[in-house]
Amino acid sequence: MTQTVADPVLARRPQSRVWRKLRNHRSATFGAALVLVFIVLALAAPYLPISDPAAADWSAIRQPPSTAHWLGTDELGRDQLSRMIWGARASLMAGVVSVAIAIAIGVPFGILAGYFGGWVDAVISRCTEALLAIPFLILAIALAAFLGPSLTNAMIAIGIAATPVFIRLTRGQAISVAAEDYVESAHAIGLSTPVILRRYIFPNVLPPVLVQATLTIASAIIAEASLSFLGLGQQPPAPSWGAMLNVAKGFMTQAPWMAMWPGIAIFLVVLGFNLLGDGLRDALDPREE
Amino acid sequence: MNIRKAMLLAAVMGTTVVGAQAQTLRIGLESDPDALDPDKSRTFVGRIVFTALCDKLIDVTPKLELVPQLATEWTVSEDGKTIDMTLREGVVFHDGTPFDGEAVKANIERSQTLEDSVRKSEVSSIESVEVVDATHIKLHLSAPDAPLLAQLADRSGMMLSPASFEGDVAAGPVCSGPFMFKNRVAQDKIELEKFADYWNADAISLDAVSYLPIPDSTVRLANLQSGDLDLINRLAATDVETVKGSDQLSYGRADGLGYQGITFNTTNGDRADNPFGQDARLREALSLAIDRNAINQVVFSGLNAPASQFVSAASPFFDPAYPVPERDIEKAKALIAEAGYEDGLTLEIQAPNRPENQQVVQMIQAMAAEAGIQITIAAKEFATMLSDQAAGDFEASQVGWSGRIDPDGNIYGFVTTGGGFNDGKYSNEKVDEILAEARSVSDVDKRKALYHQANEILMADKPLFYIYNEAWLYGVSNKVEGFTPSPDGMIRLEGVSLSQ
Amino acid sequence: MLSYLARRVLIAIPTLILISIFVFALQKMLPGDPVLALAGEDRDPETLERLRELYHLNDPIWMQYLMWVGDAVRGDLGQSIRTGLPVTEMVLSKLPVTIQLAVMSMVFAAVIGIPAGIVSAIRKGTVTDYVANVVALSGLSIPNFWLGIMLILLVSVKWRLLPASGYVPLTEDPLQSIRTMLMPAFVLGTALAASLMRHTRSAMLGVLRQDYVRTARAKGLAERTVIMHHAFRNALTPVVTLAALLFGELIAGAVLTEQIFTIPGFGKMVVDAVFNRDYAVVQGVVLVTALGFILMNLIADAAYVLLNPRLRVG
Repeated sequence: MTQTVADPVLARRPQSRVWRKLRNHRSATFGAALVLVFIVLALAAPYLPISDPAAADWSAIRQPPSTAHWLGTDELGRDQLSRMIWGARASLMAGVVSVAIAIAIGVPFGILAGYFGGWVDAVISRCTEALLAIPFLILAIALAAFLGPSLTNAMIAIGIAATPVFIRLTRGQAISVAAEDYVESAHAIGLSTPVILRRYIFPNVLPPVLVQATLTIASAIIAEASLSFLGLGQQPPAPSWGAMLNVAKGFMTQAPWMAMWPGIAIFLVVLGFNLLGDGLRDALDPREE
Repeated sequence: MNIRKAMLLAAVMGTTVVGAQAQTLRIGLESDPDALDPDKSRTFVGRIVFTALCDKLIDVTPKLELVPQLATEWTVSEDGKTIDMTLREGVVFHDGTPFDGEAVKANIERSQTLEDSVRKSEVSSIESVEVVDATHIKLHLSAPDAPLLAQLADRSGMMLSPASFEGDVAAGPVCSGPFMFKNRVAQDKIELEKFADYWNADAISLDAVSYLPIPDSTVRLANLQSGDLDLINRLAATDVETVKGSDQLSYGRADGLGYQGITFNTTNGDRADNPFGQDARLREALSLAIDRNAINQVVFSGLNAPASQFVSAASPFFDPAYPVPERDIEKAKALIAEAGYEDGLTLEIQAPNRPENQQVVQMIQAMAAEAGIQITIAAKEFATMLSDQAAGDFEASQVGWSGRIDPDGNIYGFVTTGGGFNDGKYSNEKVDEILAEARSVSDVDKRKALYHQANEILMADKPLFYIYNEAWLYGVSNKVEGFTPSPDGMIRLEGVSLSQ
Repeated sequence: MLSYLARRVLIAIPTLILISIFVFALQKMLPGDPVLALAGEDRDPETLERLRELYHLNDPIWMQYLMWVGDAVRGDLGQSIRTGLPVTEMVLSKLPVTIQLAVMSMVFAAVIGIPAGIVSAIRKGTVTDYVANVVALSGLSIPNFWLGIMLILLVSVKWRLLPASGYVPLTEDPLQSIRTMLMPAFVLGTALAASLMRHTRSAMLGVLRQDYVRTARAKGLAERTVIMHHAFRNALTPVVTLAALLFGELIAGAVLTEQIFTIPGFGKMVVDAVFNRDYAVVQGVVLVTALGFILMNLIADAAYVLLNPRLRVG
């Protein structure tokens, strides 16, 4: 996925063109809409007229969807609709925070490796390759077991496991940007390295990172669900979709709706991020017209 | 094709046809057993496999009475320090080696001396094994040891062919049980086939049995429903409805010997320094705040049994002075006030990150809140929880025990000073004394009195309390005939057959 | 070409060493004591201590590591403390299982992903393109453990078409073996199909813009011939490369799929080992997986060079 980077002088125009392309990208707008719906629901959770997601009612356990409980109740008689909406917070947060962690570590290291080269690059690259060779989920499981089961630790584990992808991506991008004429002229007029890194390199490595981030949020949400499914993510009584699935798998025959809703929700939100990421990639690709 | 080849082919085809008709019972287990060596084995599922593979000196009935298996008779001397045993005649191991007094001696010595034996402590009271003749032995003990006979009815009493000691026992254990080892693929299956020379061969009608570890209870049940398994261990209580609703399946149930409860950290390190660790009244209050029946109904569809003490109501050692406590929120509040915490207090309970345990502690959390106790749940992976517990890094822990035939196995290590499971480091000289004495007398009534005496102290001190006794639940295909669940949770195959 | 590959192999060595240090350090940091985890219900303090000594768990970490490396170099990956079996043997016995799952998943992925990619490239911008795209992405977006459970309930329990779980070796009963592996391979394959489809699509789009395709069209060749002979063959290069690179994704996906379908392969072995703190097994599986990953990367590189005549000359 090599990216030709536009001349900064012309930067303004391509950006508005990107925006226009994105808006016209049908599947991307659909994806964005899906994501937006879940974000709004998650943010509005405290203000919605729904019951307390932790309020148990032992006389109403595992009830099928009804007018009182639109999505039914769970194993302790808690309202599934309410838990789904509150669970959206955990799942979305898991996706966004873990990717933020991956970017916060990955991008600086990638720029360092790509811009300076030499032994800095050699050390960072070898470490990255080593981490990349360990399958993502195995690394995340080991890290989550090490940190102890909780949502925060799951996010950290996923973030660290996703970091090498960002290092490699940023490094490649930084190498090609560093070779651009305008960076060489910046050197020539005597700008300091930190200024060059901040003003020229950083903004120009961002577009592909943005695409990768959107797609990684999608896989991070699945990873959080997977860890929770193994009991290593969000812990009860707080809801998350993965944790709900973990419990629901014990009631698949008697209460299939318990597994239905979280499964569908994960599917929709992940699909949303994937479509959006694809759209962004197309929009940022100058060859696509 | 020459004649010999044709005959060979016919023979091969013949055996395949017989093979197709052969009765193979396929059993789904909840996890993969560990080393298949009675001296190294530590898992519950391992014991299930051994039940078919390795005979023990003594067996247990569903009523928990000790009955002959490889030993036909035994007497304990007056001073409790000598056990005379008569051995069954005409028994051979799977490799054809005859079973005799020398074999028993060799096996017990192996349990005592093998470098990585985990049986050592169970047979440590045996000073020497005297072989009187081929069918008589005397066990000389250093001190009276009442639980020893029960140990000999478990892995310590399993007899391996002494000829097999040299090789890697776990890779192909050679015992004298009704079935012999055929094949094992780690995490996939363990296959056993009928041992033709078994001493009790008439009771065995199955030709083979295979054990398949399937950790997920839903998938295990799915295999039973689809006909890929004939019997599943640990049917989830909530799946019993599903099994009942099927005309091809039924379920089996037996009251277990184990329990689940809450253990407090009373003296193990800094974290013991919390209100609950220091004040038995608060522990009592929490126990009173819990509705054990509701937990059993909601989480286990009423299939387990609410518990009050270290043995279940089915045990002859059950103490009628302590029935299952009724929920009494007022009394709980009064105790909390008396202890000086009218304004409420907090407690952290650690529990395994498994759905069932989590449901139980979430219910406890909600119930305790009504009494003013704010509980935070620390969900931990089981391996982490165990080591945190041993290190004293906990306030309270929701743990259980699968149970032993002898009452000693359910209490001694948990509450005596320095006991292997005493993670809260509770220590009371009187309890140590009574429980040690209970180990050394063999008279049942005397032991009963001693355990009841210990109960009285333990109920007041409450280093741990009990919530429910787990029942063993099985999903059984209607093709299986003659299966009876036992309280020790073992799957016995005598009298079991498959109809087509 | 050969010297290039030789250099790549040399670079792989420090990577492998780094991986082994990572994994070793990570698992030594894991809370939980393997002996205690193993002990379960037999927790005699004296026995526990004896076992810790026996498995060298009381030695300094660097010494444990060096001992492990010393054995590993000779092909001995240690012994599982749970089953007492040699790890090398365990890993080798699981290899065919996971490879079969990987190959069958790849077949599913290719059968779904490649045609979908070609069609959506040809019909770029049409409804067909969008539908193909959304369908392929759906495969990527469904959590595969969820899909797995749903399929078991529907296909095995309700319709009784396929076995619910387990594994039958290919050598023992080929038909049953494939039947058992069908559902897990489908679950895993759907996730990969999306990646394959996207890459086939973009590779095809790239090729379709090339002069020789235009020339072929101008010569009046049938559209079918143009697509299959000229365009697809050239688009195949990046797709094959990608297929090799998907190996890592496949193993990661196998972790949960094997867990659900109780397939005794790599993924299940490593997850169980992490939970049981069976260090030697975790270490062995990760090392062999990483080795496989590096190997697949080399193959991808070699394939790229071989399939691309322009690179072969230089």
